[in-house]
Amino acid sequence: MREINTSQIKQAVSDLCQKSSYTLADGVMDLLRGALKNEESKTGKEIITQIIGNAEIAQKEKLPLCQDTGIAVVFIEIGQEAIIVGGEIKEAVNEGVSQGYKNLRKSVVLNPIDRINTKDNTPAIIHEEIVDGYNIKIGILPKGGGAENMSAIKMFLPTAKKEDLIKFIVETVVSNGAKACPPLILGIGIGGTFDYAAYLAKKALTRKIGAKNKDTVELEKEILSQVNKTGLGPMGLGGRVTALAVHIETHPCHITSLPVAINFECHAHRYQEIIL
Amino acid sequence: MKEISTPLDDKTIKSLKAGDQVLISGIVYVARDAAHQKGIPFDVKGQIIFYAGPTPGDPIGSIGPTTASRMDPFILPLLKKGLKATIGKGPRSEGVKKAHKKYKAVYFTATGGAAALLSKTVVRSEVIAYPELGAEAILKLEVVKFPAIVAYDSHGGDLFQKGRKKYSKLVTIRHSRGSGNPFNSLDAASSLPAGQAGAA
Repeated sequence: MREINTSQIKQAVSDLCQKSSYTLADGVMDLLRGALKNEESKTGKEIITQIIGNAEIAQKEKLPLCQDTGIAVVFIEIGQEAIIVGGEIKEAVNEGVSQGYKNLRKSVVLNPIDRINTKDNTPAIIHEEIVDGYNIKIGILPKGGGAENMSAIKMFLPTAKKEDLIKFIVETVVSNGAKACPPLILGIGIGGTFDYAAYLAKKALTRKIGAKNKDTVELEKEILSQVNKTGLGPMGLGGRVTALAVHIETHPCHITSLPVAINFECHAHRYQEIIL
Repeated sequence: MKEISTPLDDKTIKSLKAGDQVLISGIVYVARDAAHQKGIPFDVKGQIIFYAGPTPGDPIGSIGPTTASRMDPFILPLLKKGLKATIGKGPRSEGVKKAHKKYKAVYFTATGGAAALLSKTVVRSEVIAYPELGAEAILKLEVVKFPAIVAYDSHGGDLFQKGRKKYSKLVTIRHSRGSGNPFNSLDAASSLPAGQAGAA
């Protein structure tokens, strides 16, 4: 058993919100440099050059990479041997978000119908999972609206072929992708239930860039290759590089089900995590 | 890169072609969803509206374009009144594209998510309306060499279409049922709640 105080959680969340606003996730810069080499379009090259320059300025001056500093999507893995003391964990997370967003844009409304801004970017979207061990891992994925709003889910017949899934994904990129600030990172959830597929798609975005999942690596390659043949290119203005990476997570599902969810992420992929 | 300054005259507008990279200097107005819904209170003749919502800062925090198509329902009356350009990101409706030809206006895109870099071009910022809207208030900016790309020109040119056509290698996709290719069946999202909103 190990005690972890909610004040540590609050501070960690606050720090992660700050850091993620001006820091690209590990590995994204390498993908962007690769993209600059591969891009053939003059406009596309100019856009990627701006994106790289932007990331350098943001990091150096601690300025937000994007004005849309997002809604904070928080992933918490709680070790079953950890004891949380000092208060409620969700409250601590939201206090951390409120503190961490002080100098960032407040982009959250309390009620989706009335749309009154909460003015401190809370509440966060919190995903909790109980895991082995005595640590708490906190990951923050600030999610801007531009890419998020282009996301999609489809409930396939269980007899659908792999090609049908790929077609759906590529078509969705063609119809929605230009508004999602390409070059994109695609988080794809396959299996589970309606809700769980969407969760998997989001969770896939938190996977370390370059880390391979042996069960999905071939499919990821194939989708990336197809998506980069669409010609959408950087910002949808034409080019070879439409996506930087495709991450797929899968889960067992019902014999009648085959949900496929796509969560769009823009090139300003911000994800930071810490283990307490 | 072409350098242009605001307000934009007809000669400048006419000279701009889809795909041109430009550097904009002068006054640019910032307005997005909520401000458009409330009504644009300044004289738009010859002006540029930049669809954006910055982070806090002095003279401004990070600022970059938001999805322009969300402002499609509001643009026609503004073009009629002489608005000459907008800056945003992403493609817009066919109707809005055609209106750019009819009213001799230009739609620029700037690089979404390059908001730290773009903020360096802003030398002055002033809230001129709706301060209660926070990040959605109307701002009057003075910019120096703001980098943008002509997406729709006043002659009907469309860089989204032209660019994609040039670089697409996708002819057909193998699949087990039905037929068609993704160029002709862009209704992938028809069963989805997504695809219309856009943001940033």
